[in-house]
Amino acid sequence: MFWEVELIIYIFIVLSALLALKVHDLLVAVVMMTVYSFSIALLFVAMGAIDVGYTEAVIGAGITGILFILVIYKTTRHTKD
Amino acid sequence: MIYAASSLPYRGDPNNLMHAEESMVGSKVIGSYAIQNTYLDARTPNFVTVILGDYRAIDTFGEQLVIYTAGMITFLLLAASKRRKNER
Amino acid sequence: MRDRIDSPIVLLGCRLLSPYIMLFGFYVVIHGHYSPGGGFQGGALLGASFLLMRVAGGDEIGRLQLKEHLAKPLAILGVAIYFGTGLLSILLGGNFLDYSFLPIPGMDTEWLRYTGILIIEVGIGLAVMATFIMIYDNMARGEEEDD
Repeated sequence: MFWEVELIIYIFIVLSALLALKVHDLLVAVVMMTVYSFSIALLFVAMGAIDVGYTEAVIGAGITGILFILVIYKTTRHTKD
Repeated sequence: MIYAASSLPYRGDPNNLMHAEESMVGSKVIGSYAIQNTYLDARTPNFVTVILGDYRAIDTFGEQLVIYTAGMITFLLLAASKRRKNER
Repeated sequence: MRDRIDSPIVLLGCRLLSPYIMLFGFYVVIHGHYSPGGGFQGGALLGASFLLMRVAGGDEIGRLQLKEHLAKPLAILGVAIYFGTGLLSILLGGNFLDYSFLPIPGMDTEWLRYTGILIIEVGIGLAVMATFIMIYDNMARGEEEDD
């Protein structure tokens, strides 16, 4: 596809991954992880692998986010470091 | 890694080896075989479904067993910890 | 879920959204022959629609859609549909998961393979949906026992 679209998606991936590593609030980190997964899914679709992108969007942005949010509610929301 | 990636073939180039009909040793490549023959074999336009469900069905069965095993492991581990806590 | 606040707006939104996600999951499973998707993706969407109600409504409201003890038999049923399809074609003289030996009358080989793919995708969808619900329920209940 157009290389400009893929460049914007790459920038989104790198920014969301760095933000998910650096942030102290774990809920924000989970949301950044879902943004990362969805950007990866968009990149797969832009590369032409629609089924892989579909799976990544459903699993990475849906189920994994729900399970991480469950674990955050069970334990604690803020990290110490 | 950047040096190695710079010599990869371009994505989507029809002259790539993975898009050819025959590989270097003369056997048939699965990609072009699937694109040409899935509708004749299984009357299904989406050839990804035919590869996952028919040609490579045992792989899909293994994938399903992995997911089922993960669910059963959570059930067995957490039920066992609850029972041990009741015995204490 | 210690410091969870019951919000009726969130519950209403998830109640509105959950049946449509479920319908889309059924569509992805059934329509997998013609559009991207298939058993795994559709099963994950069905599981997400159940998990959404369990996250939003807590234990009592979430258990109304699908009871907790029903998840494990559904997962076993999904694996059994897939394995039984393969075993049936062995018993009728073919290889494992060779759909052209399925005992459905009035179909030629191509439509038998079409039907076989549809059957095993329903099996995958059931197993994946029930497994995600099972993982969520066990994680939610197991942590409560530790408190």
